[in-house]
Amino acid sequence: MTPEVLAALEAAKRDKRPIVLATRLPDGEQRLLPDPAAPAALNSAAEQVLASDQSGTVKIEGTDWFLHAHNPPLRLVVVGAVHIAQALVPFATQCGFAVTVVDPRRSFASDERFPNVTVSTAWPDEAMDELKPDSRTAIVTLTHDPKLDDPALDRALKSSAFYIGSLGSRRTHAARLKRLRELGHSETALARIQGPVGLNIEAVTAPEIALSIIAELVAVRRGASLPQKQSIAA
Amino acid sequence: MTIAETEDVMSTAALWRAAGEQVAVATVTETWGSSPRPAGSQMAVTKSGKMAGSVSGGCIEGAVADAAMKTIDTGTPQLLDFGVTHERAWEVGLACGGKVKVFVEKLS
Repeated sequence: MTPEVLAALEAAKRDKRPIVLATRLPDGEQRLLPDPAAPAALNSAAEQVLASDQSGTVKIEGTDWFLHAHNPPLRLVVVGAVHIAQALVPFATQCGFAVTVVDPRRSFASDERFPNVTVSTAWPDEAMDELKPDSRTAIVTLTHDPKLDDPALDRALKSSAFYIGSLGSRRTHAARLKRLRELGHSETALARIQGPVGLNIEAVTAPEIALSIIAELVAVRRGASLPQKQSIAA
Repeated sequence: MTIAETEDVMSTAALWRAAGEQVAVATVTETWGSSPRPAGSQMAVTKSGKMAGSVSGGCIEGAVADAAMKTIDTGTPQLLDFGVTHERAWEVGLACGGKVKVFVEKLS
């Protein structure tokens, strides 16, 4: 790989621009895509690997090209700079998520409690408006305080976030759904919320609960089937 | 450096190169069957013996590192083929029964 290609690739990753490194096999000739000067077939194949987020080898006009997709990292927005969030952040970071912790309570959202993580002390609805969650974003609310969780969930449901999870017992969750229903959210929309959040592994401690949340997040991301959760009426 | 950045093998390799190391990067380009790491998985190796990332569950990293040393010396990229069809499957193949192709290149 030439220093020029390497520098351009690293710059694109730093700027969070989706980019494909195309390598001709087996001689190793390389170019970055999309590129208006590249053959249309190569550009459209690059578009496909970015969309599916799956790198692979394609044959174009008799030549093998390895197309390496470099999408910006998936994002995780954690609402509530609580103890479970402290355990969740390192798991999520290690799984490749770019994490933002949102909590207007400054004593919770301190840099000391959350080193090396983006922390926002804006109100959750304002923070969400700023973060603009998309289909590569997951949102987890952990405060179980309606005045913090509800505005975040309201914005989450209006976004295309691929995962929405909310901490709280079945009873808390039922009450939460009732409030969100009153805000005008449909049953289909409300069904997007994983509540109580996390896979049922009988987690007790903060790291165990964080583990159950990250496991559910990975399951959804990778398309695993999830067991039906029991719900109760509010 | 955060934990996520350590997963970005190419960035690690770029840092090593910038520090004056001789570096080769190996990338999984194709997989068949039950190979453990998907296409795009990478491993970086330096002439001085540093190693980051992986291209399998640990089965072929040794052989890939040997090939990487050769590419560092010659500057010529290599496309390596690993699979159970290899006669020395148990030495440098995948015990899981999968097959992978690995592209090895030098950072010039």
